[in-house]
Amino acid sequence: MKRKILTVDDSKTMRDMVSYTLKGAGFEVLEAEDGLKALGLLATTRVDLIITDINMPNMDGVTLVKRLRASGGHMSTPILILTTESGDDKKAGGKAAGATGWIVKPFAPEKLLSVVNKVCPA
Amino acid sequence: MAEPQDPSSTGTDAGAAAAQTRQFISFRVGDDEFAIDIMAVREIKGWTETTILPNQQEYMLGVLNLRGTIVPIFDLRCRFGLGLTTATRSHVVIIVAIGGRILGLLVDAVSDILTVNAADIRPVPDVDQPVDSAFLAGIIAVGDSMVVLLSLENLFSHHGPADTAVAA
Amino acid sequence: MPTPTFGSDELAQFRKTFFEECTELLADLEERLGALAAFSGDIESLNAIFRAVHSVKAGAGAFGYSVLVGFAHRFEALLDRLRDGKADLDERTLAALVAAADVFSALIDLARQDETPADDFGADVAEELAALLDGDGPARPAARVASEAPEASAERIYRIVFRPNAELFRHANEPLYLIRELKTLGTLTVDCDLSRLPPFEALNVDDAYLSWTMTLQAECRPAAVAEVFEFVDDECELTIEEIAATPAVQAEAVAVTPAAPAPAARATPTPAPATAARTSGATAGKSAAMSSIRVDLARVDRLVNMVGELVIAQAMLAQQFVESHDREDSAGLQGFEHLAGLTRELQECVMAIRMQPLKSVFSRMPRLVRDVSHKTGKEVRLEMAGEQTEVDKTVIEELADPLTHMIRNAVDHGIEDTAARLAAGKPAEGVIRLSAQHAGSNILIHVEDDGAGLNRDRLLDKAIEKGIVPPGAKLSGEEIDELIFAPGFSTAAAVTDVSGRGVGMDVVRRNIMALGGRVQVVSTLGRGTRFTLVIPLTLAVLDGMVVAVGWEKYILPLTSIVESFRPDRGQIRSVPGGGEVASIRGEFVRLVHLARLFGVHEAVDDPSQGLVVLIELANGSKLGIVVDELIGQQQVVIKSLQDNHDPVPGISGATILGNGRVALIVDIEELTRLNDRSDRAARRADAPPRPLLVNA
Repeated sequence: MKRKILTVDDSKTMRDMVSYTLKGAGFEVLEAEDGLKALGLLATTRVDLIITDINMPNMDGVTLVKRLRASGGHMSTPILILTTESGDDKKAGGKAAGATGWIVKPFAPEKLLSVVNKVCPA
Repeated sequence: MAEPQDPSSTGTDAGAAAAQTRQFISFRVGDDEFAIDIMAVREIKGWTETTILPNQQEYMLGVLNLRGTIVPIFDLRCRFGLGLTTATRSHVVIIVAIGGRILGLLVDAVSDILTVNAADIRPVPDVDQPVDSAFLAGIIAVGDSMVVLLSLENLFSHHGPADTAVAA
Repeated sequence: MPTPTFGSDELAQFRKTFFEECTELLADLEERLGALAAFSGDIESLNAIFRAVHSVKAGAGAFGYSVLVGFAHRFEALLDRLRDGKADLDERTLAALVAAADVFSALIDLARQDETPADDFGADVAEELAALLDGDGPARPAARVASEAPEASAERIYRIVFRPNAELFRHANEPLYLIRELKTLGTLTVDCDLSRLPPFEALNVDDAYLSWTMTLQAECRPAAVAEVFEFVDDECELTIEEIAATPAVQAEAVAVTPAAPAPAARATPTPAPATAARTSGATAGKSAAMSSIRVDLARVDRLVNMVGELVIAQAMLAQQFVESHDREDSAGLQGFEHLAGLTRELQECVMAIRMQPLKSVFSRMPRLVRDVSHKTGKEVRLEMAGEQTEVDKTVIEELADPLTHMIRNAVDHGIEDTAARLAAGKPAEGVIRLSAQHAGSNILIHVEDDGAGLNRDRLLDKAIEKGIVPPGAKLSGEEIDELIFAPGFSTAAAVTDVSGRGVGMDVVRRNIMALGGRVQVVSTLGRGTRFTLVIPLTLAVLDGMVVAVGWEKYILPLTSIVESFRPDRGQIRSVPGGGEVASIRGEFVRLVHLARLFGVHEAVDDPSQGLVVLIELANGSKLGIVVDELIGQQQVVIKSLQDNHDPVPGISGATILGNGRVALIVDIEELTRLNDRSDRAARRADAPPRPLLVNA
């Protein structure tokens, strides 16, 4: 069974790169462009891992994490936040909201895969 | 099947001279002899039963499996307006490549390979021909008889479904 | 800054996407900035501008455009301050933002052109940004975790005490994974402390009761051990200390205090005794990362073809075996079944290589809609769904043009202008919905708009005017809709420069049919129009049902077959205007005689003497196909007829059966259309007899 990952990011480029890397490694990848759409998708689809950016319109990543941890079918699903190196406080904020871990962007594909396999191994 | 072109005598003229000879495969349909450029011919095989394609022209006999490729087969006699061929195992299908496609021509028998000087290919005369002159590319004299050179491109350029009219 | 190691083709594609995105983001940024300058902006404008710069920065970092990244960093920092309310948007700041946007845009253009800007490009603006940031100075260099140089193999021993708290679990971190990860570093012994585990009835599922004491023998540096716990060090008590190899010499272990969480600590290491280098099988943190490789497409095609041939060969072999062996030879048959299963799996794997998500085609559409709606002065919104739906790569390339045509048409001719929409009680903004989904062995792509719909009266008039249809012709509603696919047809009152003659639908239809697919249209006047593309997945394989019709055999797609039955005469009715229906469980199903449609003689004509195969079409409607009998199910390798022949209506492809003969695959979606034509037309005089094969 393929592991399913949801990537949430308003940047198409980022989604493309994440998606491409993960698909190449045998994951099934779903995409959403902001937290709100992600919630909608997650209400009807189970995924094994969520990777989300922080800065997005409609609903940002930290709020998304909080919502997911509060209720619903993904309370125990690993969540990774995408953060830039200057966002140390954002990292902490994401962690405090309930994220499992983080990936610094821009990322090398191997790094992405290693973090993914760290929190959501086969 | 293709044999190498005869190189011409002198070295410097080799290119020009080689262009002067062409090779053809001649074959018989009914009482007439026809020929096609050997460069177009891929294979010659015996007739085997085709799978009919629905609603095609009468001369379109269907398709054959040629080692994995689906090849359409056309009845030349019928294409010339001379009636359908009652195909038997002794009939011959010439597989040709035209315009990027592979197709097969059902004929009565293959006759010969002709090596002809380009200069000896005469234009089609204005008299009654067994077939529509649009299909003809020239006439070759072989011994006492005339072999009609076919233009394969023109023969199949208007192939379409059964509602379009056929030029007889 | 290291660039990610994608292949250069993918990188080129991502770069392309990135710059397309930059254009969109810049456009948005300019607009928002304009709003701010006009004092009509708000916090959301600042957020949007921030996100735009932030996104560009992330992408630029991925591609190594360092000057752009550096500038963006400052730009972003100021925007961050502003949106957090920590700085004021005064005139000086606004001017700086505007100037920064200009530099930003110029840097992006240079990057797009692959030109490196001078190091001092935009330096004055950068300085002003810095000044406004209160002398925070140049952007902090990216903190990167330097990859550790491999240590000379010196065995170390670590003692790790790990006690997660409840929060760790709530964040979906899993101690098991962490322990497993430690195992990959070296040899691990684990000791679990169960002392705090209460009796079962007192167990609180959300609480953490376990802790572990572990000993790790590894060659890695302490940082590598700490990295395993990088995400959880706030949510557990953790001690990592290096101890000597021999039990005799041990560093003083730091006591674990349950009260305060202890960050990863390392006691002063005693010099590790230089034990003979033992291969401990340690792989310093090598992750199970899988990589991808670039493959020449021609090789993939060859692979696909070869596997297709393999499937055929295996089918032929199986057939010969069955024909020449005792039916009771179950061992042999089992062997063949096993082989068939393996071949099938191989085929699926190979097919999957070429599949790609539709997103690469879909992603151009928002821009297109924006452009066309601007040009036409209409308000249009594009919604997309199903971009992850995967299709063979060759199909994707062929879809771009048809979809572009259709979306353009939808905006230009489908959606009405704002005034007309408001007058009709519709919202001013029109919606176009582009969606894709799998349906059996096809993919369905819908292009739907909530516009004016097709005006059938006008269509019919135009068609008569253009001589496409004779005057006084009676056409059904659907047939009139189909007229838009006629070559040279256009009902555009004025030729717009956007879509030229306003249609290319005949070209669209031809393109889609060349893929073996179909275009269908459904429209309601005043409400909207929906185009559906039905495209086979270009899988070279189909689960087929072989049916006999006269002397011929045809293949029907198995996934579309609901059931088959032999109707009583009483279940069959004629329909006024020609044609037959069969009643089954209360519904009436249109009957299609393949023999009639395909001109097959000596076939069963009376359905009650043959069989009706009930199929379900892509749009959910049902059809009953009259055949002589079912031969059997077979997995069939699809061979294209169209390599060497023009498309044949009603036939979607061909295959080679186990006996080496060609069998045609029926295009069930087309049957309705062909059936209508055939039913309405006067019965043709019997076709001339086909030549029979005479054995010489």
